[in-house]
Amino acid sequence: MNTAVLLLLLKGATMTIRIFAVSLLCSLPLGLVVAALRMSKLWILNIPAKIFIVVLRGTPLMLQIMFIYFGPGFLPFLHFRWSDRIVAAVVALVLNYSAYFAEIFRGGIEGIPLGQSEAGKVLGLSRTQTFFIIVLPQVIKRILPPLGNEFSSLVKDTSLIHVLGITELMLVAKQQSSRLTSVGPYAVAMLMFLIINTLVSLIMGAFEKKLSYYR
Amino acid sequence: MPETVLSVKNLRKSFDSLEVLKDISFDVERGQVISVLGPSGSGKSTLLRCLTQLETIDSGEVAICGESLFSAGKYAEKGRLAGISLKVGLVFQNFNLFPHMSVMDNIITAPVRVKKIPKADAIKTAEGLLERIGLSDKADYYPYQLSGGQQQRVAIARALALDPEILFFDEPTSALDPELTGEVLRVIRSLADRRMTMIIVTHEMAFARGVSDRIIFMEGGVIAEDGDPETLFTNPKNPRTREFLMKAEEK
Repeated sequence: MNTAVLLLLLKGATMTIRIFAVSLLCSLPLGLVVAALRMSKLWILNIPAKIFIVVLRGTPLMLQIMFIYFGPGFLPFLHFRWSDRIVAAVVALVLNYSAYFAEIFRGGIEGIPLGQSEAGKVLGLSRTQTFFIIVLPQVIKRILPPLGNEFSSLVKDTSLIHVLGITELMLVAKQQSSRLTSVGPYAVAMLMFLIINTLVSLIMGAFEKKLSYYR
Repeated sequence: MPETVLSVKNLRKSFDSLEVLKDISFDVERGQVISVLGPSGSGKSTLLRCLTQLETIDSGEVAICGESLFSAGKYAEKGRLAGISLKVGLVFQNFNLFPHMSVMDNIITAPVRVKKIPKADAIKTAEGLLERIGLSDKADYYPYQLSGGQQQRVAIARALALDPEILFFDEPTSALDPELTGEVLRVIRSLADRRMTMIIVTHEMAFARGVSDRIIFMEGGVIAEDGDPETLFTNPKNPRTREFLMKAEEK
């Protein structure tokens, strides 16, 4: 182990963090949309959402990553090839996590007493206003703990994209470990994942504290 | 000439095969205080919920302040409905205050967001309302920091902030400990003194008798009796009313 290896690992960790951040920022709003479709009374909206959730949650994420990246190559009539492996990897992570987030959002929304939206309605708020002013803020407070769990899983799951040869922390550790025939890079990578996740849980803790002004 | 602010004709409402409101008709004049009594399941709450657009009406005619809410099997157009809903306020049994908002924000959210009243004006109005309900010092509190009676008073202020023509109360003291009902009933009484038009679904017999101009007794989805409190309490015409009042007295 020397500084050069450490620097490579750090660079990998930066990539891991970037993939994590972008995937998170895209999958949260998509999750909310999927939850809305899933809760729709129209079957044409809720059935596809249900299928989406079942498939994405019921199959291995690594398989989804490979399917999404390699799939189009085997289907020439699609005339589509991923210009960037990273984009394909992020799309897979976003789709997968939006399915999990959708179920968390749904649970949170259904857990808010009906009287809250009724009060909004009686006060003349539109459905959109009622959702964003009354319901969603209360949902966010309730779902922070399960969201935090998913965030930390997402940090770890970014390691799966090494199968596409993206030089994130996992791949760098694997390469350096076999090059040096040492377990050292793996150990350092472990420590780095641990540090990232500690930061994530600190941030989530801060959010929870910020929202603890009411019960 | 008294002005009719609420007119209900042949209102019907069913949940699946269960008919909850069967042919309800009554008119309310401005400034009237009406208590609606009756056993549970008689349709009292459903009636209020139909009039506040929380339940859909099946058939009949409902007009609020001369504007038709529902007639000939159809609701008024969407833009109208929003305006009509602002003419009525509803105080819930469980208060339904917004837990994530301070008392002040609970009161001003609808005036600011719906009526587009400037925030400073809305706050001024809210401060006046808080004074009236005796909670001036609680503006920055959150609902969980208040007693049930205080929460219900805030809920009344929140409804009043929109300056409704008619205020509905759906068992406003049923979720309260007995020692807390008095403060809420006092606030409602003070509104009656100001000639606020109110329809109060309640199980507080003595209060209903004292505060109301008129009492409607509901039973099995119909209005069994509709009259002035003294007659209804001392000499009810309908045997079901008599039975209900006797049972209530036993309690």
